[in-house]
Amino acid sequence: MSTQQRSGVGPPRGRLRRIGAWLDQPKVLAWLMLGPAVLYVIAFVGFPFLLAIALSMSDATIGDPSLDTFVGLDNFKAVIQTDAFKLALRNSLIVTAGTLGLVLVLATLASELLVHAFRGKRLFQMIFILPWALPVSLTAIVWMWFLDSTFSPVDWVLVKLNLLGPGGVWGPFKHMYFLGNEWLGLASVIVTDTWRMLPLATIIVLAARMSIPEERFEQARVDGAGVFRILFRITLPALKPMLIVAILFTGLLVIGEMSLVQLLTRGGPGHSTQVLPYWAYLKGIQGGSLAQGAAITLFLFPFLLVASVLALRAAYRSQEA
Amino acid sequence: MLRKIGFYCGIGFLTLFSIVPLLWALITVFKRNSDMYSVGTVPFFYNEPPTLEHVVFLFTESNFGLFLQNSAIVGIFVVLITMVLSIPAAFSLARLTGSWGERSGMAIFLVYLIPPSLLFIPMYQIVVWLGIANTIWSLVIVLPTITVPFCTWLLLGFFRSVPRSLDEAAMLDGCGQFTTFYRVLLPQVWPGVGACAVFAFSLSLGNYIYAATFITRSAARTLSAGVPTELIRGDVFFWPELMAATLVVAIPLAIVYGLFFNYLVGGFKNAT
Repeated sequence: MSTQQRSGVGPPRGRLRRIGAWLDQPKVLAWLMLGPAVLYVIAFVGFPFLLAIALSMSDATIGDPSLDTFVGLDNFKAVIQTDAFKLALRNSLIVTAGTLGLVLVLATLASELLVHAFRGKRLFQMIFILPWALPVSLTAIVWMWFLDSTFSPVDWVLVKLNLLGPGGVWGPFKHMYFLGNEWLGLASVIVTDTWRMLPLATIIVLAARMSIPEERFEQARVDGAGVFRILFRITLPALKPMLIVAILFTGLLVIGEMSLVQLLTRGGPGHSTQVLPYWAYLKGIQGGSLAQGAAITLFLFPFLLVASVLALRAAYRSQEA
Repeated sequence: MLRKIGFYCGIGFLTLFSIVPLLWALITVFKRNSDMYSVGTVPFFYNEPPTLEHVVFLFTESNFGLFLQNSAIVGIFVVLITMVLSIPAAFSLARLTGSWGERSGMAIFLVYLIPPSLLFIPMYQIVVWLGIANTIWSLVIVLPTITVPFCTWLLLGFFRSVPRSLDEAAMLDGCGQFTTFYRVLLPQVWPGVGACAVFAFSLSLGNYIYAATFITRSAARTLSAGVPTELIRGDVFFWPELMAATLVVAIPLAIVYGLFFNYLVGGFKNAT
């Protein structure tokens, strides 16, 4: 092995060699290897981020995108006062919290199952990961048809179960109109979000679940601990750091996604199922007011930042403990 | 015994949860329009003979083939760019930059925290300035903003999990820093690189907000933004075609991702 490596390094001569040796110093090489990624991030994350802040304090529109007029916090004030914004903020929080709750419970359950070997596990893994193989917009389309106002198979089953329809428990109508009303609409968005985020969250939680040594469970069982005692005393505390990571990943992907709401409910009826990213898109791109759109997108950032830093610190700390 | 029943109930529930909406999609693909839109019949049966006309329509009368191609090209380029940027960066942070590199995990995560939903408006302007609006190259340039921080963060964990004694042995053998990276560490983290490639591909495929904002020309669109706009025209939904498009994407990818499942889990093993 060592000879092969040496032949690979093959000492080049003279100047080339000196340059090579200079480049290979830890400090120089560190920047050579880190540099491209850092430059890319500065150019395509840092710069647009600053531009977003500048836009949000200007009067830029798609027709006149120059940043020449500084209007301070006017856009924020104007945006916050509208009902659509308040509803969008409320719904973004409801959808994210609801999704996180469901995803965490289901991901913990799924990781508890997937940590064991069983027949057909390969097949199960493929079926389980199906939702994640879809772009979000296609997920939205599948659920839109599944919950269609007239042809939903869910409605049909509910009618057959005598829950819907004339004489049914839930009233005389034959359809739930899942996507056509405020709370059912939000619930539908939450279920769809849960459906698409569960595989990723499970992968993260399972990674932590697999690193808990089996002896700890056996020991607890010998000591007579029940299922729930084991879950709350051993499993969940050991999973905590990765549960936090799962919350962060899932939460960010959910709170930033607009296509589900855009396709499923179009934010309606009225603005009752509106969410922030879609409202920003409607205002900023469709409505042409880049400045107000940017203000809407920026609104959540300070809160996300604080929440994430706190969460990550908790994750790292419980990791060390 | 009770445990076993509970176990298979759990498996059964998760299987149904994942697959039922897609089974409904699968039934729809082969339905004739008159059958699909009839109210009195059992919706799960073919009350009229099944047909392939919708699948044929999808591939011959719509731009779906182009969307597939565009998404594949974007996905491959995004994965390549991500790897070229994040593998060296992760190595550098894990081994070369000393103490602050070791604490950089959180900083990288904060970059990931600035989400597309916050950046899409200024990013749209940048794409226009660069003259690549309405081409797939806008996505190739911009989508790594999501994947680079994510993959660097994952790979950082992988590089750290390689024992330092390996580096030291290689250095004693006369390897320089770069050779150590290339010959000794990189082979150790290949599983992580594989997992990252899959994650990067799926993130690039899934992104909607950039794809919808940057590209309005149908032929240049990718799956995520193209399928809804091409097959939903006003209030007319081409349901069977939409379902066919979904399944054509989902089934092959789910098989591949499913085969990689354990690697993907391994990808997060060293994450924090």
